[in-house]
Amino acid sequence: MLRAEAITKIYDHHKTAVIGLRDATFDIPAGDFVAIVGPSGSGKSTLLLMLGGMLSPTSGRVLLEAHSLYDVSPNRRARLRRGNIGFVFQTFNLVPYLTAQENVQVPLFLASVGEAEQEKRAADLLRRVGLGDRLPHKPSELSVGEQQRVALARVLANDPKIILADEPTGNLDPETSAQIMEFLDELNAEGRTIVTVTHDPRAAQRAKHVMRLVGGAIEENEPASMRPAPLTKDVR
Amino acid sequence: MQLRKLVWREMFERKSQLATSFIAILLGIAVVVSIKNITFYSEKAVARELDALGANILVLPKSASVQDYYSADMQSDDIPEEYVTTLTLSDLQGLDNLSPKLSAAVEIGDRRFTLTGILPKSEFQAKAAWQGAGIFARPLEGCGDVADVPDVFKPPVQKTLVRQRVVDDLASDEALIGFDVADLLSLKEGDSIEVLERTFAISAVLPQTGTVDDARVFAHLHAVQEMLGKGPVINAIEIVGCCQEISAGLVEKINKLLPDAKVVTVTQVVDTQVKTNRMMSRLSMVFIGIIILVGVAGIANYMYANVFERRREIGTLMALGASSGLIVRMFLLKGLLLGLAGGIGGFVLGTAMAVILGPRVAGIVVLPMPMLVVLAVGLSVGVALLASCLPARSAARLDPCATFQEV
Repeated sequence: MLRAEAITKIYDHHKTAVIGLRDATFDIPAGDFVAIVGPSGSGKSTLLLMLGGMLSPTSGRVLLEAHSLYDVSPNRRARLRRGNIGFVFQTFNLVPYLTAQENVQVPLFLASVGEAEQEKRAADLLRRVGLGDRLPHKPSELSVGEQQRVALARVLANDPKIILADEPTGNLDPETSAQIMEFLDELNAEGRTIVTVTHDPRAAQRAKHVMRLVGGAIEENEPASMRPAPLTKDVR
Repeated sequence: MQLRKLVWREMFERKSQLATSFIAILLGIAVVVSIKNITFYSEKAVARELDALGANILVLPKSASVQDYYSADMQSDDIPEEYVTTLTLSDLQGLDNLSPKLSAAVEIGDRRFTLTGILPKSEFQAKAAWQGAGIFARPLEGCGDVADVPDVFKPPVQKTLVRQRVVDDLASDEALIGFDVADLLSLKEGDSIEVLERTFAISAVLPQTGTVDDARVFAHLHAVQEMLGKGPVINAIEIVGCCQEISAGLVEKINKLLPDAKVVTVTQVVDTQVKTNRMMSRLSMVFIGIIILVGVAGIANYMYANVFERRREIGTLMALGASSGLIVRMFLLKGLLLGLAGGIGGFVLGTAMAVILGPRVAGIVVLPMPMLVVLAVGLSVGVALLASCLPARSAARLDPCATFQEV
């Protein structure tokens, strides 16, 4: 489903080359659940952005099925992203001036779905995440847990095959975190591929694979079940 | 959800920024509209004032001088009357009025006056192609058109009446006499006057003008031609020309059309109007230039700040599959809406300012000019779109990493 071939990212910070990611090669098969862990600045978000077609590598290729994401035009890449990938953000990234329903409508609007259909599907998705009574509320009128559920409903709007999550439980209390992880499990069980960046050992434990990054390099990439114990090092 | 709705909602999310930017463009456009409106009516007022000084182009016989003309146009040489037809039927732009004249010195009651043959308006109207050309009174068309301003620039009633009668009709046995003629010969309207053994009924006494016209007896051109036995000739054609056209080479064009005549301009009159018009035009251009610069800078500043504030939102939209083209359209649509609102509002405010301030500042009555809405909206939208281009481009090229970081 997703394949990285020797991807390297070098940032130019004040004329100094900083390595964000170094020569990473791996496959993520369809239906996998991967947790990317590692200390801050180890390249986790860089990797997630590259897998999502949002940040081009300095060298190497990222393949989404048969498409090399960075060898196609930016507009084609945007279409591939729209049709295949859903993002979940640590700070939810809801559009503040739109209601919960309108926020969920945004990916549908970007996919040129008609307005009536947008409204119906958005309402259905919000009901699915337990927010059927919060449709006309703006993000500022919702709790953080509700905001993240709106964000999850938004991710599902275009029925993506891959969900990329950047610290999805980073801003949540343990109870809400557990709810979100259950949703991710459920989505994975539906056959969707999940890749999540996390510092949370409990979240990492739910993954089928754990990829550990240190200093921009993949230190470990193995099935979670083979790990002797939950991650305790470099986690909060 | 539609792009329009997304842009509309965002605009009202940041009301104070929007209001500042809107007021800036509104005031800018209002000033431009106001200046344009006042300038237009000022130019008309100047044109009217200068028009009162008389013709600004003279077509004379080759041998005549302008001094001859002013000393009572009694040069011995003449030009064919058909020159009037040639001019009227030509495609020359800027001929606002043609007034052919044939003059001769005559003695009436031991006093020397000037007999001048003129062509009444009815003669012009009889020939369809001549319609629009007037006599005496300017037909009030073209560059000096101020006729549609009610109760403004109206000449005194008596003068208007006299002119109307002359313009409309002048029979071959009727005459108009200047103020001095009436005064010196103790004549009044309804009396008769004998000139070169021919009796004319005095249909009007012209008001005093302080010019050679006060010592003239005006009669029908064809009657004068018959009395002088000269045939279909004239010795001057007075032309009120549009000043812009004069400066664009109208005199040379008339010269080319009538190579056997002398064409001269009354330069002081023309120069004054051209200079006034040019000054007003330049002044308004300077203001428009300043407004454009200030407007572009103000809106660009607002847009750049808006892009910076919304970088996370833009990154999110990109992550959700928005193309860079859509991000550009989002900002350009915002610029367009701002420009439209600023243009329409600026037109209304500017027109109100011009109508209220015109009489106080420039001493002229200013009326609304609906056509300025095109200028106002065009300029406003143009400025807003121009100012939004670079911020929109920078938004479309935003580093999506911002989406994943705490901002």
